[in-house]
Amino acid sequence: MRGQDRSGRLSIGRLLAGPMLILMTLFVTAAFAQFVPELNGYPDPMAEEEIGPIPHWVTDDIRQMRAYPEQPPIIPHSIEGYQLSVNTNRCLSCHKREFVQGSGAPMISVTHFMTRDGQMLADVSPRRYFCTACHVPQADTPILVPNTFKDMLELGAQPAGTE
Amino acid sequence: MIVRTIKSILLWVWGILTTPAKTLGLGVLTLGGFMGGVIFWGAFNTGLEITNTEAFCISCHEMESNLYEELSRTIHFSNRSGVRATCPDCHVPHNWTDKIARKMQASKEVWGHLFGTIDTRSEFLGLRRELAEHEWSRLKANDSLECRNCHSEVAMDLSRQNPRAAEIHTRFLLTGESTCIDCHKGIAHQLPDMTGVDPGWKVAPELQGEVLPIAQ
Repeated sequence: MRGQDRSGRLSIGRLLAGPMLILMTLFVTAAFAQFVPELNGYPDPMAEEEIGPIPHWVTDDIRQMRAYPEQPPIIPHSIEGYQLSVNTNRCLSCHKREFVQGSGAPMISVTHFMTRDGQMLADVSPRRYFCTACHVPQADTPILVPNTFKDMLELGAQPAGTE
Repeated sequence: MIVRTIKSILLWVWGILTTPAKTLGLGVLTLGGFMGGVIFWGAFNTGLEITNTEAFCISCHEMESNLYEELSRTIHFSNRSGVRATCPDCHVPHNWTDKIARKMQASKEVWGHLFGTIDTRSEFLGLRRELAEHEWSRLKANDSLECRNCHSEVAMDLSRQNPRAAEIHTRFLLTGESTCIDCHKGIAHQLPDMTGVDPGWKVAPELQGEVLPIAQ
């Protein structure tokens, strides 16, 4: 169960003294404030803020490498105006198994046919129906949050059988 | 008795129509007829134009709170070049004869409005598939004429489309195999339950393979 064990984080939290925690929070907030919009809106909610132009989506149709094996593949085309509701799913009109021969689109992974009880269905499972919960298009914009992510291969991961 | 009364009324009208005018001059009759014709035709056309505006369409709550609301979030309502398609641009044929035919069909919609066929959102959602199918079949039958009033395939520069769109248009639109509405359903409104509706670009039946038996 990924992400279930929180004991490590909690013990670090307990070790930190109150003032130091506040100081760190302030530092981190100041460092990120310039990149990330506040989740609760702008500081003055009634003010008229300048909104920049909507960035252009990357629509070159070139499949991108995944940064890590479990990464949901990104969408390399525009999904502007695509309807995704209980009534209809525009994504599946190309990516559904029955339609990929005609559309040339990659088929949705067979993992998407499994219900949360592990039962394989003949078609997409309801829990995997809303594609954009995981798969998103990309825009060519500066990153919001600086990060130090490294591909695991750079960290020295070896293929099986090399030990 | 009734038949006889009707017959006598008809004979009386026929008599008036066939008797030459005794007090009116020929000028009054011809000029008056001409003026009357102009006024009638003008009023008729003006009426036609008034009922062909977006303001008239959304004067009904059915249209305003359902379809217009949805349209207002699509690219046909607001876009970078500022061209807007209003209701009649897509839903009323521009050609006169077809327009009159559509207007006569629309009398059923007046009936529906007066008798409250669609009074609530859920009534609208219940009828949505049927209403959508009417429009799909109309656009399919006239080869998406109302789309093509603005989007002509002759003026469509495929080299400015992204490769995927260009390829699909070349394969299905330019060959005449499909028409706009086949793929672009729900371009201006939300879609109904699409169960069983094929995407328009499906490959030829002989390439589709056998339908697998449903495992029960």
